[in-house]
Amino acid sequence: MTTLDASYTVRLTVNGEPREVQVPARRTLVDMLRYDLDLTGTKEACSVGVCGACTVLLDGEITASCITLAVQADGEEVTTIEGIAQDGELHPVQQSFIDHGGFQCGICTSGQIVAAKSLLDANPSPTEEQVKAWMMGNLCRCTGYYQILESIMKAVR
Amino acid sequence: MRDFIYHAPTSLDEALSLLEQYGEDARPIAGGTAMVNLLKQNLVFADHLVGLGKVPGLSGISRSNGDLRIGALTKHREVERSADVAAAAPLLAEAYSRVATVRIRNMATVGGGLTHADPAQDPPPALMALGARVVLASSGGTRELPVEDLFVDYYETALQPGELLTEVIVPAQSSDARGVYLKFLPRTEDDYATVAVAAIASVENGVCAGVRVALGAVAPTPVRATAVEAALEGQPVTADAIRSAAEAVAEQVDPLADFRGSSDYKRDMAVVFTRRALEQALGLGQ
Repeated sequence: MTTLDASYTVRLTVNGEPREVQVPARRTLVDMLRYDLDLTGTKEACSVGVCGACTVLLDGEITASCITLAVQADGEEVTTIEGIAQDGELHPVQQSFIDHGGFQCGICTSGQIVAAKSLLDANPSPTEEQVKAWMMGNLCRCTGYYQILESIMKAVR
Repeated sequence: MRDFIYHAPTSLDEALSLLEQYGEDARPIAGGTAMVNLLKQNLVFADHLVGLGKVPGLSGISRSNGDLRIGALTKHREVERSADVAAAAPLLAEAYSRVATVRIRNMATVGGGLTHADPAQDPPPALMALGARVVLASSGGTRELPVEDLFVDYYETALQPGELLTEVIVPAQSSDARGVYLKFLPRTEDDYATVAVAAIASVENGVCAGVRVALGAVAPTPVRATAVEAALEGQPVTADAIRSAAEAVAEQVDPLADFRGSSDYKRDMAVVFTRRALEQALGLGQ
């Protein structure tokens, strides 16, 4: 008989690697990534799905990992900030955030970059208005957004 | 978050039988954007969560006899981007596109959103203006309700223990009617509405026809503004007729005061946004 404190096997693909994790049902996806898989690049800030810091790709789509249960990701594919660079080379969005000062404290940055990469995957040459509309859900309390917008727009070219 | 037992049924029958077996002690979970927040804040206590992610056949959008049929597990983002929805009910695509952020719309499902029954949500007024119905299934069979009868009170629906919302049926918008969804957002672009209005109307033989108006965020449930509809139906298409009909909404709303505004302020804004929505639907607004 299953009990309340039972553990569950979650099999999923994380950054291209098959992983198997044992978690309690109440484990959130962000906690599983950070504490069970040591992928601490994904940050948790607001914890209620509003701020965007915990953004990861779930089956290719941006998702708030703080309000997703780990058990919901069973059988799915997850991409975190650690999986954005390819073959040791930063993604153009990552390089552009460095070149154009798209961050200060860094807490929101992995979410910003995962969200921006997802937009550029779907729409390689968005307008500034499209970038603003897409990035609306990723809050930053340091930069005032201008450098973030600039970083993304420069990565477009 | 408290501990709970997570079930992952692989068929609708299995999901319904789990919901029946555990009754009040079970909650279905689809995208989780609402439920996980409620669990985290200890606003829902359930020992059993029935995960619907592996249940086939509850997702997708199709057309049948002119109606749109939207499976309960269809994501908000799919409704927003669906060519079928854009063709049959553009008002609905607009309302779903205004929910929170892309990140939430990628996860939140149509059925999960409706059964969450937060009165400030965007889709319910549009669905009410369109005359949508919902299908509720249980181990004992299915029943259909007009969507406005689903909403009973603040975060409370007509769903009985053991029942699951499986489908939403939306009659196509009449091709000569225009639908408008206005969301008053004085704080931030991704906020819940302070007041929201969905309106549909057309002009027939020079008078207002097929007027349907529903509002969100102005009462413990979304509200169908029947007094406004009755006041405007058959009236000439003039700014005065619309202004006078919109005044009638004040008597139909019962706004909760919160950090988005006082009850009086929201009642006033309900009149203003009802007027603007009707002006746009009838071709008089900007």
